[in-house]
Amino acid sequence: MAQHRVATVDEIRPGERKIVQLEGRSIGVFNVKGTFYALRNVCPHQGAEVCLGSIGGMTVCGNQEDGTLSELRFEKAGEILRCPWHGWEFEIRTGKSIFNPLGCYIKNYPVTIGQKDVADGETLRVETYPTSVEEKFIIVHL
Amino acid sequence: MSEVKVETKGSKRKTGLPFIDCDIHNEVPSPDALKPYLSQRWRQYMEMVGTRTYHGFAQHIPYPKGNAGGTRQDAWPPNGGIPGSDLNFMRKQLLDPLNMEIGILNCLYRVAEQLNDEFSAALARAVNDWQMEEWLDKEPRLRASIVIPYENAEFAVEEINRVASHPGFVQVLFLPRTREPLGRRRYWKIYEAAENHGLPIVIHFAGLGGNAITSHGFPSYYIEDHTTMAQAFQSQVISMVCEGVFERFPGLRVALLEGGFAWLPSLMWRLDQQWKRLHAEVPFLKRKPSEYIREHMRVTTQPMEEPPKLEYLLQVIEWLGSNEMLMFSTDYPHWDYDSPELAFPAKFPIELKKKIFYDNARAFYRFK
Ligand code: FES
Repeated sequence: MAQHRVATVDEIRPGERKIVQLEGRSIGVFNVKGTFYALRNVCPHQGAEVCLGSIGGMTVCGNQEDGTLSELRFEKAGEILRCPWHGWEFEIRTGKSIFNPLGCYIKNYPVTIGQKDVADGETLRVETYPTSVEEKFIIVHL
Repeated sequence: MSEVKVETKGSKRKTGLPFIDCDIHNEVPSPDALKPYLSQRWRQYMEMVGTRTYHGFAQHIPYPKGNAGGTRQDAWPPNGGIPGSDLNFMRKQLLDPLNMEIGILNCLYRVAEQLNDEFSAALARAVNDWQMEEWLDKEPRLRASIVIPYENAEFAVEEINRVASHPGFVQVLFLPRTREPLGRRRYWKIYEAAENHGLPIVIHFAGLGGNAITSHGFPSYYIEDHTTMAQAFQSQVISMVCEGVFERFPGLRVALLEGGFAWLPSLMWRLDQQWKRLHAEVPFLKRKPSEYIREHMRVTTQPMEEPPKLEYLLQVIEWLGSNEMLMFSTDYPHWDYDSPELAFPAKFPIELKKKIFYDNARAFYRFK
């Protein structure tokens, strides 16, 4: 697994992202509330540069207590990437799509920072490139 | 350093099969852009009254829908204008990187929805003059639709006759939500003019007519409206066939843009079935309805039907009873854009894909 230093931790602030070219692949590195994630910049639908999409949350309908449709909530603010073409939505943490998490997802890569292992399982899913931070650097693992 | 960088790499390399794009949208950047093409009378009218249509949005169309502006998020040009308004950016994002030979513009500026027929005609003239000057005369790969005030056939015919000789205009544009079904007599003069000039007419998804999108009133949600547009197309096909438009104007060609096509086989079956029993009501129909449809009508692919299995898609195309009816389109820069490289499943038969990407449109438009 090759390691690529893609940025210093200060470069990508929470809610922001950077698009990098690694081994001929375009990859988006995201900072979601202080944790870094790397996603392949190709949408599984029709190949748009999905990492250029808007970042937001999702509207969920359902009362958590009684299971009825009486409640509308806005969840996961800052954790949802919306493809710039047809608007399919994906969780940045996992690459998984909202409408079909198991069948439709973006390849992702592990990311690490410094000596601290931040790959708490979340970052190692669906074809993410692992990322680590050495010193103050964000490292994507291809 | 953490900015979102827009990739431009590879924008010079042409990729994929050569294709003709039957549906691109050039957008009037703002009403001001039309003013140089309007007479003093209509400039003043625009400033004083503005647009009056069936809906309440005086300044512009009621978007965002789906995405801001109803467009691909990456289609906003760097000059700050709206998507589809900047030819240079369109070249860079669409015309140059993909292997497009010809692209056909459908300008959806709300011309025919104006309630004032004279203003509608003035806007059509302005939009067409703007298209010639800003698009067709500047970019040889582009062709365009003639925009007409189709609710007033007299004015519409005048406009077709005025600009049809420009080689960049290859068709006449309608939107599906017309005041009456398109087979009815009030529109026949337009078909006659189009036929005389050898121009097809096209009906493109869009618009807010005065009628509800369904036969039972207005639905609550955009997803309903967007899906139900297929019904609007279906009623237009039924009307044009049953009113005998293709017997009366045997040279008329019609393309349905962005209306889907998976519904068309079952509509043809049903029409043929009814015709067997009811043809005495419409004795001017000399042939089975499906024959008129196959001979005179073409359908664009975007938004590509996406059934769960490729074989279902191929089955639908077989049911059309012709491999010459489908023509590829991207719908750039709208949010439901289809990529010429990825909208078709990888295993889609290549010979059929070549017909859809190129041959069918070339034959329909009689491109050399
Ligand atoms: S290409 Fe991403 S949603 Fe279609």
